[in-house]
Amino acid sequence: MREKILYGLGALAAVLLTHNIWKMLTGLPDEAFQGAIFRIIFFHVPAAFTCFACYFTSLVASILYLKSKQLKYDSLSVSTIEVGLAFGAANLISGMIWARIIWGIWWTWDWRLTSSLICWLLYAGYLVLRRAVEEPTERARLSAVMSILSFSVVPFVFFSIKWFRTQHPQPVLYGEGKMDSAYRSMLYFNWLPLLMVAVMLVAVRMMQERRQREIDALRRTVHAF
Amino acid sequence: MLFLRQVATVAAKDLRSELRTKEALNASLSFALVILLLFSFAFDPTSEMTREISGGLLWLVFAFAGALILNRSFARELENDCLDALIASPVPAPALFLGKVAANYLLLLGIEIVCLPVFGVFYNVRWAQQPLWLLLVLVLASWGIAVVGTVFSALTVNLRLRELMLPMLVYPMLIPCLMAAMQLTTPLLAGQPVEGDLLAWLRMLVGFDIIFTALAVMLIDTVLIG
Repeated sequence: MREKILYGLGALAAVLLTHNIWKMLTGLPDEAFQGAIFRIIFFHVPAAFTCFACYFTSLVASILYLKSKQLKYDSLSVSTIEVGLAFGAANLISGMIWARIIWGIWWTWDWRLTSSLICWLLYAGYLVLRRAVEEPTERARLSAVMSILSFSVVPFVFFSIKWFRTQHPQPVLYGEGKMDSAYRSMLYFNWLPLLMVAVMLVAVRMMQERRQREIDALRRTVHAF
Repeated sequence: MLFLRQVATVAAKDLRSELRTKEALNASLSFALVILLLFSFAFDPTSEMTREISGGLLWLVFAFAGALILNRSFARELENDCLDALIASPVPAPALFLGKVAANYLLLLGIEIVCLPVFGVFYNVRWAQQPLWLLLVLVLASWGIAVVGTVFSALTVNLRLRELMLPMLVYPMLIPCLMAAMQLTTPLLAGQPVEGDLLAWLRMLVGFDIIFTALAVMLIDTVLIG
């Protein structure tokens, strides 16, 4: 039953995405200065939002794990970080493609880009850390600490375009930024399917983690005999 | 008051055992010198360009050398189960942690003080033009390195591949601190005082120190005891 709901969610996300892409390409006009490439914003920004949402969920899950010592929170934390890394990579790569077209370079070391990359590396470090610990409860404890420490960079990534003069554009969704309402609603509306995909992936990953724990428990039982 | 005495006791113990064996100190110092030497092959050490990247160079040396000290900080206690004894002792985990941070901090500052003149001689940089500002940057940034490094030293102490994991986790976390230190040190070595835009970097260093000291003290119980 649960798996059916997940597949349904995935199918719905696919339908929504197709609809959105169709509308982006046919319904919305080109942006005045950037032309057609501007449409990458409908994936670049929602991918970043999804990534931040994943990291934040992992932070909450890590705190909950440390409070309750229930391993399900640990699986939630690792699942959200893996999915967050995927969306973080989507955000970085789409940003690089966009930068190549508009700025003429793939990468520039401004604050927003640098801090996003640092953030990505820190959470990648989280996954490497997990691999180095054998014992499940110790792994959960240490990685919860790592997740909490890593999150300290996230607000910095988010506000860097507000705090510093960056080559990356200033905020267009909050503050003084302006964006046409058709573009804006498209952006938020395209966030929905990406978020659905993320939720689906996290749920699938959590199921895998649960089964892994069951297998480990069975293996221990067998060894005991 | 008792807390501070406990911190001082742990720090004194660490410093004493380090100064008697000098195992991390010697390794770290010679490593720093080797890196300074290696950098001279990467570019012309007497050119004007050196002055422009001197801050970055110096802090890379300190960060690399610091990792050796930080690696030993908790690993030293593994022999004879000293770490278990320390955790079982009446010293609270934050005091144990801050004591170790203080010891690492002093060792790190010591290495930096030794490296600075060597750097000045090798690369023809007059480093003592703004001694007080430079000292302030050293004091602030080294505290950041010591705090973050000691947390991760405790975090990785029981892991396989400990020596590999520590730098891999610590350096990304230290980037804001190192970046601010580099941005401040380069103009200081050129003799400019800290003013205007540079003050923002100083604020960032202070903020980094406060945030990570608070986070570390909050989390250290979980890291060490669970």
